[in-house]
Amino acid sequence: MATKTKSSHTIRNILTVLVAALWVFPVYWMINSSFQSSTDINALTPTWFPFPGGTLNNYTAVLDPQTGFGSAFRMSIMVTALSIVVCLVFAFLAAVAISRFKFRGRKSFVVAIILVQMLPAEAMFIAQYKMIAAMDLLNTVLGVSIIYVATVIPFTAWMLRGFVAGIPADLEEAAMVDGCTRFGAFMRVTFPLLAPGLVASSVFALIQVWNEYALASVLLQKDSAETLPLWLAGFSEPSLSGPVPWGQVMAGSVLVAIPVMIFFLIVQGRMTQGLVGGAVKG
Amino acid sequence: MTTPAVAPSRLDDSPVSPKKPRGKRLLPYILLAPAVVALVVGMGYPLLWQVVNSFREYGLQQQFGAPPAWIGLENYTALLTDSHFWAVLGRSVVFMFVTAAVTVVLGVCLALLMKSVGNFARICLQVALLLAWAMPIVAQMTVWNWMIDQRNGLFNYVLSWIPGVDMLGHNWLVSPLSFFAVASVIITWAAVPFVAISVYAALTQVSGEVKEAAALDGAGGFQMLWRITLPIIRPILVILILLQMIWDLRVYAQIDLLQGFGSAGDQYDLLGTYIYSLGVGQGSFGMASAAAMLVMFFTVALSWFYVRELLKEDN
Repeated sequence: MATKTKSSHTIRNILTVLVAALWVFPVYWMINSSFQSSTDINALTPTWFPFPGGTLNNYTAVLDPQTGFGSAFRMSIMVTALSIVVCLVFAFLAAVAISRFKFRGRKSFVVAIILVQMLPAEAMFIAQYKMIAAMDLLNTVLGVSIIYVATVIPFTAWMLRGFVAGIPADLEEAAMVDGCTRFGAFMRVTFPLLAPGLVASSVFALIQVWNEYALASVLLQKDSAETLPLWLAGFSEPSLSGPVPWGQVMAGSVLVAIPVMIFFLIVQGRMTQGLVGGAVKG
Repeated sequence: MTTPAVAPSRLDDSPVSPKKPRGKRLLPYILLAPAVVALVVGMGYPLLWQVVNSFREYGLQQQFGAPPAWIGLENYTALLTDSHFWAVLGRSVVFMFVTAAVTVVLGVCLALLMKSVGNFARICLQVALLLAWAMPIVAQMTVWNWMIDQRNGLFNYVLSWIPGVDMLGHNWLVSPLSFFAVASVIITWAAVPFVAISVYAALTQVSGEVKEAAALDGAGGFQMLWRITLPIIRPILVILILLQMIWDLRVYAQIDLLQGFGSAGDQYDLLGTYIYSLGVGQGSFGMASAAAMLVMFFTVALSWFYVRELLKEDN
């Protein structure tokens, strides 16, 4: 019996590692291909490892100012930073309101943020395009950020609501008995406990905004206003001038993906913890 | 809001005061205001525009200044009697159910697997899932497109190892069924991590004592899963299923990008790309607005059950 359990345990462990390898393979293949010369990329048999024979040529080609990577990168950073900061502040205040107060209209707001997430965003592009055009904000950071903030707020507020509700109000009340104001109690007791939740929520918001492709393709049509996803999509579409330069496309993909992935891995532990719905179990 | 007949005499906001001063009653509204304003500007106005224009004749002529005429439900009847719209709708619903079901089942399986293995194997899988999850959509699409490339793609090469199979030169994006299968696999690959990691986090909350008690009462592995584990993770499962359904029904970027990489044409459309091409491609903004309204209605109808669950939990 004991040996049987042990061997089934080993099988499960091996299975898990195999699934992990399978899941991460596209990421590996992206990195591997990004280091290959065009001869290796176009060979009949695939090259499984980047070394020996790896080259950085794809990266130097992509980072050449002519490709527009640099300006797209700056654009992406500005759009993401502006949208995330504004969204977090707004969503946090809303989350506090719906999880700490009872007031008329609370339920309507909760229903509204769930319903808003169901709106097929693509269907509103035309209207959003017309509105942003009327504000004269096409091809600007501000224009696209206005829509991004509205897009990301519902989910962020919904997540943060869970985190705030997970911290018992008793803790605040205890601090108030000890002489804190309500605001002081919130800032000193609840806010620090919310840090993991805020981090988790901002990661979600960040990934949505950094990845966004569809709306950006409508609102940022000028080459000079392209964000990274637009730049990469344009770079990897087949053209009449020849086959897709897969090595360069993969190098570009690595450069687009890396900032998010690093950020993601740093906060991974907190995020898993945050997803459960609160740092303190009441 | 009703004003109290007698104004509160005390101005300090001590929590024991039986009547809340006005500032306190207003506080939740002040906290909500920025989010509400942002939503009204970014979503509310466009939604209103869309509702209004779904009842108007709004095509290319109106783009160039002709006043849009009210035509009542004509846009809607035109769509609902169009077999092409029904084909796209049916396709999208099937795509949503298949993709969401596979995603949730696989996610739960991987979460259970992570719960039952040693630290090393679990961390391997967690890191792999996080890396896949962290990939930007456009990068996901370029990598998968490269892997299924008909000339030098890895997929065709590896499949051709199977004796008697020669897939070299096969284009996966030509047949619509294979096109959607590719889209579904990519979306599932990218969505499973969110489900698996969330469910795993919920599973770590299932107390060992409850399980031990159940085991003492003679519960087997399957019973344990069905009677103990699933009910405990049910709340998070409900939210995950709801989100997957919504996301998979309105999937747009992946389909649009795959069309850009391979096959364009209306037999490769799902609702998102269909509405987009109706509006931007053909300039029929009135029709596109009506289609969007119908999609919205179908989405709400489909997920109504789950929304009720969410609200129940909120209380």
